[in-house]
Amino acid sequence: MAVLLLADRSGNIVSQPTRSAVAAASQIDKDVHVLVLGGAEAAQAAAKLPGVTKVIQADGPAYEHGLAEPAAALLVALAPNYSHLLAPGSAMGKNIMPRVAALLDVQVITDIAGVESPDTFRRFIYAGNALATVKTSDGKKVLTVRAASFDPVPAEGGTAAVENAPAAEDPGVSAFVGAEIAQSERPELTAARVVISGGRALGSAENFAILDKVADKLGAAVGASRAAVDAGYAPNDHQVGQTGKIVAPELYIAVGISGAIQHLAGMKDSKVIVAINKDEDAPIFQVADYGLVGDLFTIIPELEKELG
Amino acid sequence: MKLLVPVKRVVDYNVKVRVKADNTGVETANVKMSMNPFDEIAVEEAVRLKEKGVATEIIAVSIGPAQAQEQIRTALAMGADRGILVEAENTEPLGVAKLLKAIVEREGPQLVMMGKQAIDDDMNATGQMLAALLGWSQGTYASKVELADGAAKVTREVDGGLETVNLKLPAIVTADLRLNEPRYASLPNIMKARKKPIETLKPADLGVDVAPRLSILKVEEPPKRQAGVKVGSVAELVAKLKTEAKVI
Ligand SMILES: Cc1cc2nc3c(=O)[nH]c(=O)nc-3n(C[C@H](O)[C@H](O)[C@H](O)COP(=O)(O)OP(=O)(O)OC[C@H]3O[C@@H](n4cnc5c(N)ncnc54)[C@H](O)[C@@H]3O)c2cc1C
Ligand SMILES: Nc1ncnc2c1ncn2[C@@H]1O[C@H](COP(=O)(O)O)[C@@H](O)[C@H]1O
Repeated sequence: MAVLLLADRSGNIVSQPTRSAVAAASQIDKDVHVLVLGGAEAAQAAAKLPGVTKVIQADGPAYEHGLAEPAAALLVALAPNYSHLLAPGSAMGKNIMPRVAALLDVQVITDIAGVESPDTFRRFIYAGNALATVKTSDGKKVLTVRAASFDPVPAEGGTAAVENAPAAEDPGVSAFVGAEIAQSERPELTAARVVISGGRALGSAENFAILDKVADKLGAAVGASRAAVDAGYAPNDHQVGQTGKIVAPELYIAVGISGAIQHLAGMKDSKVIVAINKDEDAPIFQVADYGLVGDLFTIIPELEKELG
Repeated sequence: MKLLVPVKRVVDYNVKVRVKADNTGVETANVKMSMNPFDEIAVEEAVRLKEKGVATEIIAVSIGPAQAQEQIRTALAMGADRGILVEAENTEPLGVAKLLKAIVEREGPQLVMMGKQAIDDDMNATGQMLAALLGWSQGTYASKVELADGAAKVTREVDGGLETVNLKLPAIVTADLRLNEPRYASLPNIMKARKKPIETLKPADLGVDVAPRLSILKVEEPPKRQAGVKVGSVAELVAKLKTEAKVI
């Protein structure tokens, strides 16, 4: 039986977490169908993903903003044809898939980091301190995928057909009011090749902006620790960690971040980690490939200059 | 209106969790336990709604071992009115959601205020599952909640920023970190909480089957990262990133 993947959308581009989820889905079954909520352009983009055999496009006002209640109802309507229902572990996937699972009387398995077999998966627990292998006895499997654990499939190469989704009922209990989505020239945190993150040590929103210049030189996304976000130095969606975003870039630079376990949970899969901290005993150095001990307020301007 | 607040007993977030030598789970004996941090935020929000006169009664519910009484007491000391403990161990979000549904049907709250994620299983699922079982609306990852005219306006933390949804009541709301800063219970309130009632139930009393669907085959220590080297200067760092790591 085929597997159904709910695509996440950032604008009209099928997001990188979705492409990682396609990679995970392909490890479960070779027949991967993708459900796209709204957006003919996004459906066309999904049809080009290698490994995708069919795209199902659901148009209509109820789906436009990815509201959980109508989206879950639609997935349940499609469920009889599939052995597995998956989504990337983005805010959208995490919101919708547990609802789908409960409607199907299934225990959802969130944030899978590995596929052992069609019914056995690996996932992190306790802020990444332990890795569990779990086997489900449910007939249908409902999953979300930890994008950082799967290399994304390329954006091009496939030629799947696009068809329209069947009509499903909108429970009509929720309505979209509005969104404040930051527009940035920089790459998206979970898709960036380089991430530079700042912590409490930055001290203010103005100071935090010194990271921007380095980010621009490296083509990096900017992240933050929870302490920096709580203090208002950086927006909420910049938080990296157990309860924020999970990133695994080629290069992660932690600036004035102590390295609490909750922060490490979101970045320790990065290929190369650089830590800049004035405390030589800061725990962040235990996971850093390159550590530089010193005051960030002298180091960051120097780094900017050195990068030319 | 009545509010229900589920609170989970979890290993305290400051504890460095260790995997058991036989790979069956993590060490929880003699480890400090606390209320799940997100649930403290949910309790705080509920108490504020009561202080504003929007909520009339707050019921704290925990599903766990007998000792989960402690976490219910903490909620009572923060301002919840009474507690319900369902004694059951090793439950999964689906089982918890089924128990909570049965309690919702008994108590008739208009809003269930809960945490977005338990920091032990990191599932981030129970609220959405409860909303599904009840056929209610859901406002997950809330950073702001306003109740008016039979609806909840919830600002949600989503990937690119914030999103606002309007939910018909009754509804489920799950708290994110920035919803509020939970208070510390004062000593007089801790004393008062000792007299507040806690009812104890078993899943069978609620007619709910909580048999797990997942079996844990093994729990391992994740691959460890080796600490690298300390560099002496910015110039050395940049040189190493260019020629050794080849990432810039
Ligand atoms: C339920 C829960 C969930 C959480 N989720 C997350 C999460 O997802 N992500 C997350 O990041 N945290 C999370 N946390 C918080 C986490 O426990 C830490 O409190 C937080 O990561 C600390 O942030 P920080 O490193 O910026 O601050 P601090 O720990 O205060 O560290 C600041 C560091 O800056 C250094 N420093 C100070 N001045 C300078 C200077 N001039 N130059 C160089 N270095 C300097 C100091 O030596 C120190 O190491 C969570 C906590 C809880 C309870
Ligand atoms: N055993 C439990 N007892 C009470 N509340 C729970 C329990 N398990 C989960 N919850 C609630 O559901 C939220 C999400 O948990 P989870 O889905 O396990 O990440 C928690 O923050 C609690 O509010």
